Amino acid sequence: MALTTTPNPTPSADGTAAAPATPRGSSRVRQREGLAGYVFLSPWLIGLMAITAIPMLLSLYLSFTNYDVLTPWSEVEWVGLAHYERMFTSDPSYWHAVSVTLSFALIAVPLKLAAALGVALLLNRAWRGVGLFRGLFYLPSLLGGSVALAIVWVNMFNRDGAFNSFLSLFGIEGKPWVNDPDWALETLMVLAIWQFGAPMVIFLAGLKQVPTELYEAASVDGAGTWRQFVNVTLPMLSPVIFFNLVLETINGFQGFTAAFVLSNGTGGPVDSTLMYTLNLYITGFTELEMGYASAMAWVFLLAIALITIALFSTGRFWVHYSDGEDR
Amino acid sequence: MVAQTPTVPRRRSGLGRQVVRLTILTAILAAVLYPLFWMIGTSFKSQEEIVNNIGLLPETFTPGNFSDGWNNFDVSFGRFFLNSAMISLLTVVGNAVSCLLAAYAFARLRFRLRGFWFAIMIGTLLLPGHVLIVPQYILFRTFGWVGSDWPYLPLLVPQFLATEAFFVFLMVQFMRGIPRELDEAAKIDGASAYGIFRHVILPLSRPALVTTAIFSFIWTWNDFFRQLVFLSDLSDYTVPVALTLFIDSTSQSAVGPMFAMSLLSLLPVFLFFVAFQRMLVEGINTSGLKG
Repeated sequence: MALTTTPNPTPSADGTAAAPATPRGSSRVRQREGLAGYVFLSPWLIGLMAITAIPMLLSLYLSFTNYDVLTPWSEVEWVGLAHYERMFTSDPSYWHAVSVTLSFALIAVPLKLAAALGVALLLNRAWRGVGLFRGLFYLPSLLGGSVALAIVWVNMFNRDGAFNSFLSLFGIEGKPWVNDPDWALETLMVLAIWQFGAPMVIFLAGLKQVPTELYEAASVDGAGTWRQFVNVTLPMLSPVIFFNLVLETINGFQGFTAAFVLSNGTGGPVDSTLMYTLNLYITGFTELEMGYASAMAWVFLLAIALITIALFSTGRFWVHYSDGEDR
Repeated sequence: MVAQTPTVPRRRSGLGRQVVRLTILTAILAAVLYPLFWMIGTSFKSQEEIVNNIGLLPETFTPGNFSDGWNNFDVSFGRFFLNSAMISLLTVVGNAVSCLLAAYAFARLRFRLRGFWFAIMIGTLLLPGHVLIVPQYILFRTFGWVGSDWPYLPLLVPQFLATEAFFVFLMVQFMRGIPRELDEAAKIDGASAYGIFRHVILPLSRPALVTTAIFSFIWTWNDFFRQLVFLSDLSDYTVPVALTLFIDSTSQSAVGPMFAMSLLSLLPVFLFFVAFQRMLVEGINTSGLKG
């Protein structure tokens, strides 16, 4: 396909720059084109308003009320900042969910990216059959988010599962890992890492962009494999690493399906898999505290925005763009 | 290992390296694919073997798991598969049409505030769906869409309004690669904005449309969160929601049937993978968001 193969880490800059304002045609023609623009854009605009913007504002309003679906709108009470106060001061399970989510993302995301990069390096050179390997490593990314695979995963790490069978080969006696509060979340991390194929194909695309002259120059200078990796591959790949890091971090925070399946929707055992989104779901749709759940959703949104901004600001120090100047 | 210089003539150690590389890759691949083989094997094992036989293959082949699973609930899995297929196919249509229209506007037409709307669209790319689920539920419930005779509107209407910004972005990127001279030529021939869309952009955007179709199908087929929230009647359930019913039944006896149905549910995705393997891997390359 003729698309650009370099993922663009700052697409918004792309958008504004992409308007080639060729001052051609009369103003009437332009007016017609402007009208046509809005006609073509109208489904998206309606969607933006009805499905995204209005619900966002509604959710902001709800976060200051005790709305619960069951009571009629006329009896809904304004509670001010009570939900936010409760969240930050007197809801230990909220903070537990935050820490579960953070530890999940902090451990699973770097390991997933490391696996993706490692295998991408092994697959980088062209040889017969490399495409098949690439495809098969990518397969888990297509299947892994499903309920079906989560079911398989939970059983694999249960008492009679494949993992304990594997351990028994070495005479180690396993346990039902998914029922152990100390290990349940770890099994979900392994499931996330198992899906390293998606960042891997992005790394492969990035590796193709590294000019071979750089390796030639480095090897003329006597740099070995490791030094070439550290001094050529890593810096040249840093925009792609950054891109993957941002995406996988945001994805990591949103893990829901596997935690739901493992705990049958409770976040157990002993809240060990109470991911943020699962906690939000339980609050909003099991306990019907939709006001409180809306407050959680807004804090989640702000937290993700802040973390993204933080990632971008650290990016200045380690992401290297090869066009000569730092963006 | 990566940092080999392709232009340097291969020394004899090149072959040795390749053998090492292949060995490592095969070992990793075996570990990665093991859960899938284990799932297939377990689907054909009897309950007794699931507990006692740690081997991959069943000693006695038990295809009965499939019929047991299929009819495990008051509604058969045939219904769940039909529901899933219907939602997924309609989502494909909705995404393809609405995202294509929006992408054409962003990529080719000049109108006021285009840069602004484009920036907003990019912003929604990173917006987590979980953030909007509560207010959307409330809105759709007010419209009478939740719990109605045909409760799929909350799942489908957004897809017909180009809310999957990922596909809009993918198509914009693709259309930017289509030479502008073609538009200009059509314009000189008197084509309107619609004419250019219909006769130039639409036919040339087929690869982007196919990528969109495949990914919308797979993501909708696998989606759980929204279907869990919006579907409440057993007969309206989709496959993922129905699968979670197996977890509720605490008895261990349902493991074989549960695996059999899980395996069946992954089959469409797997078939897509086999048919479009190269395209999937490259398609996600091109603007590889999500994953």
